[in-house]
Amino acid sequence: MTTAVSFQKASRHFGSVRAVDAVDLDIAPGEFFAMLGPSGSGKTTCLRLIAGFEQPTSGSISIFGERAEGVPPYRRNVNTVFQDYALFPHLSVLDNVAYGLMVKGIGKAERHKAAEEALSLVRLPGYGARRPGQLSGGQRQRVALARALVNQPKVLLLDEPLGALDLKLRENMQEELKSLQKVLGITFVFVTHDQGEALSMADRVAVFNDGKIMQIGTPEDIYQRPKTRFVADFVGSSNVLPPDFVQRYCGQHRWGSLRPESIRVGRTAKGAASGEGVSARLVSTNYLGATTKLALDADGLKLHAIVPAGNALPVEGEAVVLTFNREHLHLMDEPV
Amino acid sequence: MSLDAAIPRATAPAILPGSGGVRGALSDLFWRRPKVLLLLMLLPPVLWLGIVYIGSLFALLAQSFFSIDEFSGLINREFTLKTYGDLFQAANLDIILRTVTMAALVTLASSVIAFPIAYYAARYARGRWKALFYLGIMLPLWSSYLVKIYAWKLILAKEGILTWLFGKLHLQWLIDAWLSLPVVGGNSLSVSFTGTFIVFVYVWLPFMILPVQAALERVPGNLVEASSDLGASPGQTFRNVLFPLALPGIVAGSIFTFSLTLGDYIIPQIIGTSRLFIGQAVYSQQGTAGNIPLAAAFTVVPIVIMGFYLWGAKRMGAFDAL
Repeated sequence: MTTAVSFQKASRHFGSVRAVDAVDLDIAPGEFFAMLGPSGSGKTTCLRLIAGFEQPTSGSISIFGERAEGVPPYRRNVNTVFQDYALFPHLSVLDNVAYGLMVKGIGKAERHKAAEEALSLVRLPGYGARRPGQLSGGQRQRVALARALVNQPKVLLLDEPLGALDLKLRENMQEELKSLQKVLGITFVFVTHDQGEALSMADRVAVFNDGKIMQIGTPEDIYQRPKTRFVADFVGSSNVLPPDFVQRYCGQHRWGSLRPESIRVGRTAKGAASGEGVSARLVSTNYLGATTKLALDADGLKLHAIVPAGNALPVEGEAVVLTFNREHLHLMDEPV
Repeated sequence: MSLDAAIPRATAPAILPGSGGVRGALSDLFWRRPKVLLLLMLLPPVLWLGIVYIGSLFALLAQSFFSIDEFSGLINREFTLKTYGDLFQAANLDIILRTVTMAALVTLASSVIAFPIAYYAARYARGRWKALFYLGIMLPLWSSYLVKIYAWKLILAKEGILTWLFGKLHLQWLIDAWLSLPVVGGNSLSVSFTGTFIVFVYVWLPFMILPVQAALERVPGNLVEASSDLGASPGQTFRNVLFPLALPGIVAGSIFTFSLTLGDYIIPQIIGTSRLFIGQAVYSQQGTAGNIPLAAAFTVVPIVIMGFYLWGAKRMGAFDAL
């Protein structure tokens, strides 16, 4: 089976800056693929390489089996939803959505009909006559989505499309994007710096750092079994445990990671009696609604624990004992 | 902790006393009634514009409804449309048509030349190159208008630099062929409409480049990318995105090039044929001929033309992207 998008040792260097550095990547047709990483990690440049706005300095990129180097964006059947939507301010919403069909030479009646349908798909029917300037951020986002989808692209690229929306709207759009992708079966490539968004929406996630892919896997893989300290820390802020610490508990001299929700926090007296666990001091508590995040200090090792709401909490400065199941301690590939 | 030592606790009262005096009272007044400040700031320029500038313009226009006594040469201060009758004589209509055609051609050529320059400056020039661009555009504006025109006279003259250059390139026949054409030709470039046209375009070009550049600067780069992403070739992107969004700038620039060409009387006098342009007609009517009413009627022409031009531009949607 051909892959939807394939990178073979693809690099994009800007002078001495290696924005994308020898990336190998295969995205399957119909997949919802997320590129996750901090800003400047190369994820957006990867997206621009697929769209054709950037050309690789070395390596190759193919889209549905066809080599894409040197092919201009307007000859790629790939469409982008831009971070700030990039709607044409001088055109009505309908003409914005119909733009791709217009430049392909499709007649006015036909393209307006298709644009109306695309607007209904993103639940904005009847908004065609307005100007982009008259819409809210969420509505503009939907118009940008409709404008891309109306062309029936082989791959849809989304560049932090939800970044500018407020929390509630963002959660709604996440659901909608996911169901849209299921219905349409188009390959979605989604760039985000929000790990929660990547984990909740994508079939697979690639974690980027410094122009390289640190790890590719299902959300569960990435979250439960991070391969490196960077992934453990960036995706859901796992506790990174140094080799010496891990050796004490598993006998292996390797870097480990422990999810904050895997740590149980107990009072000193109880823990001391059973003679196991890590003694620590509670530094601060951070109330998050459904959970409370505790910052702990275990003999100089800074740890975080998350406890569900309703549990009795130790006071700040109090000595506590931390316990966890051995199987929750994940050993990473990172060289010691 | 030691925070107290580093930052002393606030001792000032929650509401500070007024600073007192006339300045303090004025500051408080302006804060309470911002319109007073606005009025004080606007009054002098409004008086200047309203009375000195527009007032004198209307005084001039009123003169166009007076007439001149052909025997005594005195102005007859009674309302009449006789002067406008004179204006629409064939010879004067010729002048108007010639000027409007020249202004339209100069505007068209300026916009065609200005667009790529403005596009480069808005999209690609950064830092030092941008400064160089502004210097290059503005430098001709700082030197004397007359010096520039006489320089062009030397360039375009029969024994001038351009003829010399074309001779060296064995292209003299090209100039000769052009000069042998009717209307645009003549004895040499410096006494032909072609010469007038070249100098007009040169002198007014900065007034076109700057507004077009400002308009293009406001077009976000990702609109061009979005257009390309949606399948538009560079040509289609230009027609459907760049040009419509730059149009307000082009119209703003064309208002300058068009109206400046309509009113100029020095360039066609130094470089060109003996046939008059509106500006020259005004100059000679109010000077040597002493026919102020006709001169005033001539000045109404560019105003009316510009009025129609702006109305047409608005109807065509030139300002929709603003």
